[in-house]
Amino acid sequence: MSMFAQAKKRFSKFFQNIFRRKRSRIGIYGPPNAGKTTLANRIVRDCSGDAIGPVSEIPHETRRARRRENVIITGANGNTLSLDIVDTPGVTTKIDYHEFLEYGLEQDEAISRAREATEGVAEAMHWLREDIHGVIYVMDSTLDPFMQVNIMMVGIIESRDLPVVIVANKTDLPDAAPSRIKSAFPQHPVISLSGLEGTNMEELYDMMTEHFR
Amino acid sequence: MIQGVQIELISADRLTNLTTMEKIRTILDSVMLGNIVVLEHGLTPDEQSMLVEVTMREIRPGGFSGIEMETYPGKEAESGGVFGRLFKGKKPRQGRMTVIGPAGQLKMLKIERDRLVAWASLTSGG
Repeated sequence: MSMFAQAKKRFSKFFQNIFRRKRSRIGIYGPPNAGKTTLANRIVRDCSGDAIGPVSEIPHETRRARRRENVIITGANGNTLSLDIVDTPGVTTKIDYHEFLEYGLEQDEAISRAREATEGVAEAMHWLREDIHGVIYVMDSTLDPFMQVNIMMVGIIESRDLPVVIVANKTDLPDAAPSRIKSAFPQHPVISLSGLEGTNMEELYDMMTEHFR
Repeated sequence: MIQGVQIELISADRLTNLTTMEKIRTILDSVMLGNIVVLEHGLTPDEQSMLVEVTMREIRPGGFSGIEMETYPGKEAESGGVFGRLFKGKKPRQGRMTVIGPAGQLKMLKIERDRLVAWASLTSGG
């Protein structure tokens, strides 16, 4: 891309941010089984009384990006914001159908799930490059935050100048250590919560109304 | 017969002269042959995003199952105020040394801010 084209793109983004688009599209990203759909369901239920998709302990339950339009977020600070929430398939660099056999799936079902999952991950990456205005990045706080997928995804999000809120999820589990995530990504706001139990959601909504305006 | 894993070290100079898709094909074609590729300077974030997308399209059940890719965690994002953000595109952030191998054949044992310890098996699925 030429210098002129790059400068034009940056100026366009700058003015878009100043004059604000009608409604931002916020992608919920993260590795498989971080609790993205559980969190998306919690947000959408809290704000519209509905759900966005099914959840499962088998990885790659979400194999298509799902969008819920016009979700009204209200922070405890009184700010409100209308967003489109996009729940995306878990991002990974590898998918082996044998992994699904361990969860009791038949071979045909496991192969089909693997095929759909690969398409889903490719689709999620495409959404991030083309159609997302902000990101809620979800990590499992019982796991090492320095997983390559986290480092890579946060790098991609930063390079695209997208506002991001990191969620240290699953704080209901005994070995949760959200402080590791906070120290791994000190340059971004990190909210510790349990999407499953709905704890600390108010802090997330406050942060969303501040970051995604 | 002595068995081993082929390791391909690609210099920053060589990568600089390639387009994004040429870089991705160079890496993936080598990894799909079972090689481990070490990039002197890693890929930009956009190139990493494209690598994931193309890798997903190459995965075949019972065959190639993807890649393992590791690099050192980056430093804190630079902050340069409004003008820094506007003109940051002139100089894309350069990645750090990166190791890429076939999933199931390359495993990272330890990842620290400035140190990676990897283990490679001679056969896939290990």
